[in-house]
Amino acid sequence: MDRLQQTICALATPPGAGGIAVVRVSGPDAYPIVEKIFAPLHVGRRVAEAKGYTAMLGHYLLHGQEMDETIALFFREPHSYTGEDVIELSIHGGTAMADGLLEALITAGAAPAGPGEFTRRALEHGRMSLTQAEAVMEVIAANGRQGAALAKSALDGRLAKRIGAIQTALQSLNAHLTAWIDYPEEDVPELSDVQLLQTLRTQKAELDSLINGYGAGAVLRRGVDCVLLGRPNVGKSTLLNLMAGFDRAIVTPVAGTTRDIVEQAVQLGEIRLNLFDTAGVREVGADGDAIEAEGIRRSWKKLDEAGLVLAVFDAAQPLTDADREIARRCQDRPALAILNKQDLADSTENAAGTLRPYFKKVITLCAKEADSLQPLTEAVAELLGTAQLDTGAAQLCSARQLAAATRARDAIEEAIHARQAGYGLDAIGICLTDALQALCDLTGEDASDATIEEVFETFCVGK
Amino acid sequence: MDTLGSYDVVVIGAGHAGIEAAHAAATLGAKTAVFTLSLDFIGNMPCNPSIGGTAKGHLVREVDALGGLMGVAADATFLQSRMLNRGKGPAVHSLRVQTDRKRYHMWMKHALEKTPNLDIHQAEIVAVDIRDGKVCGVITGLNGYYSCKAVVIATGTTLGGRIFVGEAHYDSGPDGTHAATALTKCLVEHGFTLRRFKTGTPARVHRRSIDFTQLERQPGDPDEELQPFSFLTRQPMHNKVDCYIAYTNPETHRVILENLHRSPLYGGDIQGVGPRYCPSIEDKVVRFKDKERHPIFVEPCGEDTEEMYLQGLSSSLPEVVQNAMYRTIKGFEHLEIMRPAYAIEYDCVDPTTLKPTLESKVVAGIYGAGQFNGTSGYEEAAAQGLLAGLNAARHALDKEELVLARHTSYLGTLVDDLVTKGVMDPYRMMTSRSEYRLSLRQDNADERLTPIGREYGLVDDARWAVFCKDREIKQNEMDRLAKTTVRLADLKAAAPEGAELGEIGGTALELMRRPYISYELIAKVIGRGEGVTPAMAQRIETEIRYAGYIAREERLIRDIQRHENVKIPENFDYSPIEMITLEAREKLQKIRPRTLAQAGRIPGVSPSDLAQLSIVLLKQK
Repeated sequence: MDRLQQTICALATPPGAGGIAVVRVSGPDAYPIVEKIFAPLHVGRRVAEAKGYTAMLGHYLLHGQEMDETIALFFREPHSYTGEDVIELSIHGGTAMADGLLEALITAGAAPAGPGEFTRRALEHGRMSLTQAEAVMEVIAANGRQGAALAKSALDGRLAKRIGAIQTALQSLNAHLTAWIDYPEEDVPELSDVQLLQTLRTQKAELDSLINGYGAGAVLRRGVDCVLLGRPNVGKSTLLNLMAGFDRAIVTPVAGTTRDIVEQAVQLGEIRLNLFDTAGVREVGADGDAIEAEGIRRSWKKLDEAGLVLAVFDAAQPLTDADREIARRCQDRPALAILNKQDLADSTENAAGTLRPYFKKVITLCAKEADSLQPLTEAVAELLGTAQLDTGAAQLCSARQLAAATRARDAIEEAIHARQAGYGLDAIGICLTDALQALCDLTGEDASDATIEEVFETFCVGK
Repeated sequence: MDTLGSYDVVVIGAGHAGIEAAHAAATLGAKTAVFTLSLDFIGNMPCNPSIGGTAKGHLVREVDALGGLMGVAADATFLQSRMLNRGKGPAVHSLRVQTDRKRYHMWMKHALEKTPNLDIHQAEIVAVDIRDGKVCGVITGLNGYYSCKAVVIATGTTLGGRIFVGEAHYDSGPDGTHAATALTKCLVEHGFTLRRFKTGTPARVHRRSIDFTQLERQPGDPDEELQPFSFLTRQPMHNKVDCYIAYTNPETHRVILENLHRSPLYGGDIQGVGPRYCPSIEDKVVRFKDKERHPIFVEPCGEDTEEMYLQGLSSSLPEVVQNAMYRTIKGFEHLEIMRPAYAIEYDCVDPTTLKPTLESKVVAGIYGAGQFNGTSGYEEAAAQGLLAGLNAARHALDKEELVLARHTSYLGTLVDDLVTKGVMDPYRMMTSRSEYRLSLRQDNADERLTPIGREYGLVDDARWAVFCKDREIKQNEMDRLAKTTVRLADLKAAAPEGAELGEIGGTALELMRRPYISYELIAKVIGRGEGVTPAMAQRIETEIRYAGYIAREERLIRDIQRHENVKIPENFDYSPIEMITLEAREKLQKIRPRTLAQAGRIPGVSPSDLAQLSIVLLKQK
């Protein structure tokens, strides 16, 4: 399919950690697509009605869940980078949020931008000079060749098998349909509605499971942003060191030594955690250190954005107001309560009981002990839902694959819908070919040729 | 050598491609001559005595919409007519008729004889006079010379034709015509890339030797439902004959397998590549071992003959084996063969050496059509012939030539497939080859193509008037349906008891979007629009019901149109574009696409290559 008029999206800022990530959406459906995944803060505002050169504050939605705070900047054609309708969505930096936003956009119908696509569109709409475009394209061509090799290797192995199985099922259905339509007089077995719908539903379920696994798979692949939270001296840094396996953060008994958010990636079982140790949260008095106050503010903020919150409490001391404030803020977050210093505590039951309503899970451990790692790992896996995830199973591993799977899934859904609404096999055939083409695009095949090939392989037709 | 005449356009061959080519060229006002090996084989049907079928029926309608002859001839000489795929959706409805083979030939011969600006000559063309890469004339087997500005090669299976029946083989065209053996050498000398293809045809047998009580009868559609091919045909139509179905059985298959070594296909005598979709019975039995029976369609060849055609039984086994094999079939126990089945090899061109106008890239002014271009089928041939003839005439008259984009027609799709992707075996049109098949229906071929035909000089005033009238009737009816409100109660009263109608009423147009509400039902409530025929009613119904899908295709078409509009100069040099992969560069250099869109369809050219190319093209502007 020609993708010239498709609406495309991509990260416009360098990937990885950064203050802000910008995702750019460009194309004729930019507004309807963003409208589906953007919840404006002010009720009554609508993306569709937004004028060019304006901004709107809100949240983006992934699978119906409100995610990160998002600022949408609107551009109307032709006054934009590409000359098309463009919306730039700014969110907080870090891979997880940006990936989530891209996932949301793709499942809403956007296609991941191909190499140089923004530039090509900009050029075609006269928004960029040739010299500029050539310079950009040269870089892209180099990356593209590398990327093509990568994309090919990414489709090896298990995923290729799983997608291949779906492709095979769709192709043989399409071949059957084609033979039955193009050779009405031959004794091609009739394609029953039951058979048709059953195959479509089975393959749709397969694609759904691949698509739904994308988020969880991403956690394994790219890691999850994780924040460590707790009053000073409850043992956050000790916990961090337990996970990291060496003295990464300075661990001292003096409150408030950790001021900056320290990024650190640790492997916890199957999951990579992008850890942010935070300045200890405590009441800052009038004589409080201003720098530390800023650190505390950032800690709260990080809590709202993180994909995983590890809240640490001191089991040896009664819960303080600050502890309760932390617990309150952890409500509805993917948060795990860790009662530390178990060795010094008489009983942890009271504290655990108080914390339980606010957390997805509460565990007790002693961060100084190496064998505490195991229960922590299990608790985190369970909380993130990766415990049930078969890490050996095939996962979609790129936005391109997600887009292909989504396109195929949507086309199958349309085929099912068309059949149920009483449309003819001609319409079903078009939807089915679309679905097949989406998957064929991953391997660069032509769905029509592949189908015709199979017709003559499988069916004895012709005079 | 004697100079005998001078023409704008010379057409070599008067089969289905040659007829349309000659007729189109002459219609444009070009002084045209068509050369045939035998006047008695103009419009011959050496294979099936039938026209149309899936996707092929679409092509016939398209030929008709462009002012061609095939549809009118088929309507005038058909024996039995059926609309196939009725239950499978309007986009794949396909008209197929059995034709009276001899009457079809006579009709076509007469039509050509009556065509102004057209001369008909019985002669073999043995050479094309080519000077400085341009065609200047043709030379006949009798040493006659005709000068010309353009040539259409529509040689079918006669070019280098060679027939195989068992161990016997000899140079020949179909049905006892002689092979054209000299022209190949001339074309190869001038740089044409030729190849060998193969096709086959079943036996013709005597009607009296078949026990029809053992066969399934296959009647035509009821007379009152018959639809013509031509948009001009308005008179009532009548079926004249029945067809029948017989089946092979394990005994038939045993005879074939035991004698396989006597088939030139398996013995290695035939080198030509056969069509996958037209397998011989040997192929079918070998490739589909598990199938216990294969159907055979028994079709009458005409009203003035007892010859019957056995569709599904093409073979190149020796006559004695054919006899034994046929007689194992129920109802064929005493079968008398009148013409045995045979395989035929012939020369054809690599179509990627053609432009989308069907002109050769090797020699200016030479056009190809039909089997010469690597296709199979009368309908495919006729459609290409029309385009080749039109463009040859426009070339001769120094006018801009026509390229039909994929989204306009099956013809455009066919030509684009040929010249962009090439063929490995004879190409047959199929509905699944078109990505726009909900828009490219047989019912709307006139809307898609008649205006183009008019613009390019193919459509005369009479056809144009009919078209304009139909267009007006349709538009008026669409307007009326959009404006007229239908109450659900009235609809209920008109519909059969318990029919699904939906929850609420609305305009007639809104109601017809529901797949279960037909035009005929609506018409019971609000009456028929003026001049709305059953065929027109069906077209209106389809367009309303499939509006969502059609709109989606139209959007795709608009997208691709932007790339179709980016032209690539004919002698564009790809070698300096370093950022394109080597494979893509070689392919582009060979195919030399006309537009960016065509470049994108070449296998091996990636979106990234295309992006690079588009930038270079923009730079050159």
